Amino acid sequence: MRFRKKKETKIMEGDLTPMIDVTFQLIAFFMLLINFSEVDRAEEIMLPSSVLAKPPETRPDYQIILNLNPDGSVKFEGLDVEKIEFLSSILDREVSSAQREGVPKDAVAVIIRSHEATPTGLVQKLIKQCQSKELVNFKFRVNEQLR
Amino acid sequence: MRYGRDSSNDEEVTLNMTAMIDIVFQLLVFFIMTFKVVTMEGDFDIKMPMAAEQTTTDIENVTTLITVKITADAEGQVASLSADNGSKGESFSDDIFGNLTQFVEQTLGGAEGDPSSDDDFEVEFDIDYGLRYEHTVKAIESVSGKIQTDGTIKTLVEKFKLRDNSGG
Repeated sequence: MRFRKKKETKIMEGDLTPMIDVTFQLIAFFMLLINFSEVDRAEEIMLPSSVLAKPPETRPDYQIILNLNPDGSVKFEGLDVEKIEFLSSILDREVSSAQREGVPKDAVAVIIRSHEATPTGLVQKLIKQCQSKELVNFKFRVNEQLR
Repeated sequence: MRYGRDSSNDEEVTLNMTAMIDIVFQLLVFFIMTFKVVTMEGDFDIKMPMAAEQTTTDIENVTTLITVKITADAEGQVASLSADNGSKGESFSDDIFGNLTQFVEQTLGGAEGDPSSDDDFEVEFDIDYGLRYEHTVKAIESVSGKIQTDGTIKTLVEKFKLRDNSGG
């Protein structure tokens, strides 16, 4: 009785080069687009939108980004501040930090990112708090609405 | 005498790619998960020094001050909107923001011919404490410019200030 000789098995190997190429391209794409400065943004805040607002062409020499919630709490650099009044020490620290960098108080930009449902009175209160630290340059940040 | 090895004994050297592909996919998943589509944001600039810091020359330089008063209802929506440029006051009922733009345009139109006239206008907003911020932004937008029929933006007023109503 003759048995058939068992065929020699070969390991089938696909060419992985194109897949690795594409994967690296994707990684490069996401690495370039990832923005760690998003810490400044509070995702829960829904900004009002405007067709006339344009992205700033130049970054201010020194900026303070304050995220204002409808309940009056403020988020600054990931830190939750319960009330606008409690911002005093943070603003003092920021002002002295700006001055150490040679930026005068009137050149410090206070960027207010306020939720669209926030009462305007709270925005004014926030402005007043900043004014007490001699900050005068304010920017109301809004979403850019496409025309 | 034989030199070298027998070429028939050469083994094909293959790298084990599995570990690298594992890491690469881990990286890819990390970036995909952390990726956020960022919406573009813009600013409205407002210079607001403390009331005491405003010098008399600042006030003298402003030839026309347009006051815009907005009252709010209990829900924070606009209850009424009126504007006053010193010589004329108007209260708007329907398409309030469109009418406000028109009012500002008319006020500016009176000073046409003077190329530096735009710099001499300032809008002061007197807004109720409870008005939703989105309406405030809409009002600022209405006085700062308008989109013309050809799609270009006509700049109206660039100086704004908010009257302090933070006391409630």
